[in-house]
Amino acid sequence: MPRIDTDNGPVWKRRTTRKQWAIWFGWLVALAITAYAWQGISEKTIWFFVQDAPRQAADIGGRMVPPKFSYMSKLWAPVWDTLNIATLGTVIALVIAVPVAFAAARNTTPHPIVRTVAIFIIVASRSVNSLIWALMLVFIFGPGVLAGTIAIGLRSVGFCAKLLYEGIEEIDHTQVEAIEATGASGAQKMAYGIVPQVLPTFAGIGVFRWDINIRESTILGLVGAGGIGLELNGSINTLAWTQVSMILLVILVTVIVSEWVSAKVRGAII
Amino acid sequence: MSVSSGPAAKAAKARQSFPTSWHKPPFIKNPLLRWSIIIGAAIYLALAFGTMDVDWGRAAEGLPRGQRFLAAFFPPNFSDNLGVMWDGIFESIWMAIISTIAGIALSIPIGLGAAKNLAPKWVYLVNRSIIGGSRTFPEVILAIFAVKLFGFGPFAGFVALSIGTIGFYAKLLAEDIENMSDSQAEAIKATGANWFQWINYAIQPQVMPRMIGLSVYRLDINFRESAVVGIVGGGGIGATLNTAFERYEFDTAAAILLIIIAIVMALEYTSGFLRKYVQ
Repeated sequence: MPRIDTDNGPVWKRRTTRKQWAIWFGWLVALAITAYAWQGISEKTIWFFVQDAPRQAADIGGRMVPPKFSYMSKLWAPVWDTLNIATLGTVIALVIAVPVAFAAARNTTPHPIVRTVAIFIIVASRSVNSLIWALMLVFIFGPGVLAGTIAIGLRSVGFCAKLLYEGIEEIDHTQVEAIEATGASGAQKMAYGIVPQVLPTFAGIGVFRWDINIRESTILGLVGAGGIGLELNGSINTLAWTQVSMILLVILVTVIVSEWVSAKVRGAII
Repeated sequence: MSVSSGPAAKAAKARQSFPTSWHKPPFIKNPLLRWSIIIGAAIYLALAFGTMDVDWGRAAEGLPRGQRFLAAFFPPNFSDNLGVMWDGIFESIWMAIISTIAGIALSIPIGLGAAKNLAPKWVYLVNRSIIGGSRTFPEVILAIFAVKLFGFGPFAGFVALSIGTIGFYAKLLAEDIENMSDSQAEAIKATGANWFQWINYAIQPQVMPRMIGLSVYRLDINFRESAVVGIVGGGGIGATLNTAFERYEFDTAAAILLIIIAIVMALEYTSGFLRKYVQ
């Protein structure tokens, strides 16, 4: 706490004058950026539509109730597809993520160059959203579940590999050394020293990502990659609002159930 | 061995009574659970592959198409649509900044209300269901509705991302408040502070460092998401990317993807650095 001497004795302040000014300046810069950013958006907005939005919301909201429950009979297949996209996508991701993670972890990587490549794979996979992956894969594999599954898989590789390699870097080295002291080979060290330590992490990551993937796979249909998003897109395009609300309800239930399952399983593992 | 007495016999006996080989214990100890998980997984995989309506012929046909598709990506074309690309990128950045700020501003009251140790039961339940609702639906679905309500453009994306931010930020804020140390809160209360003073001096300093880190992290997420809300009409770089795909200008699309990856990497690095700095 800085002390400022004045005629009436010392005054105690929380910050030095310079620091206080720096903080104010920081706020000013933040405010300026915000104002500039807002202007950038506001320029491209048609304000008439925004003013009209509450009426629109009431209108669409009114058309959405009650949800068309009979539509459920047509939704079981897309829900099943969505689950498959998420689950098989997670499986693909885990299969690819394991070698990538071992290559990316500082203590198991065979060479620094390999590590750089692995880190690049992780970042590239994480930065491209699954919807964009799906957009590209639909061009290659045609519309359908396959494109969605691979999109989810490719997108999840980065996430799983990142968490897994952080887990590998945090293992207890004394255990690996103990195995090494028995004269174990490299592969044996891996199997008996490292893998048992990261297996719970691995299982936890898999379940955690599965839960996220359920949520992501609900939208892949928007670009034609299968699942319930396909129905959602169709219903929105045909303005069948009661079907839309039914689909949203189904998504809500699916996501809540998957979150609950994932929390339970993770709780049991860890 | 025919030796019946002496140390050699003892050693032989010891060898017999202790196991000489060792197996790793299985990951799941309960054999019933283990086998039911394995068999269940096998049945599920068989069912999933059985019902997955994959046109393998079409997929195989897709591989050479995929090669041509990937070839069309190279070399990435940064020059032809540079103006449009910059427009999209800046729009995305503006969207990410504004939606992070608006989302956090909305998250603070909701987060306070959703903390079990601050709010009465009914406030808690109301705020938790707001958080739950915004967490359930992916930003893209929120964006579809925002586009319906507010028209095409970045405003719709901004609304969708702000709502998405609430689900993330308010939840973590509430959890952080629930995990705070009570002794500090009590100490401030004992000075006779009113509610706002209590929040400002007892709770805010405890949660602030982590929350600053999370807001940078959320900015990072919002930029990433702004690349996809554009696909459904929410403006930003996603709209540019979608247009590039629809016009089969794959070299431009490749350039946009590379720019997105570069910005995300830069943001991730900065946010990691900033989070370390504040904590």
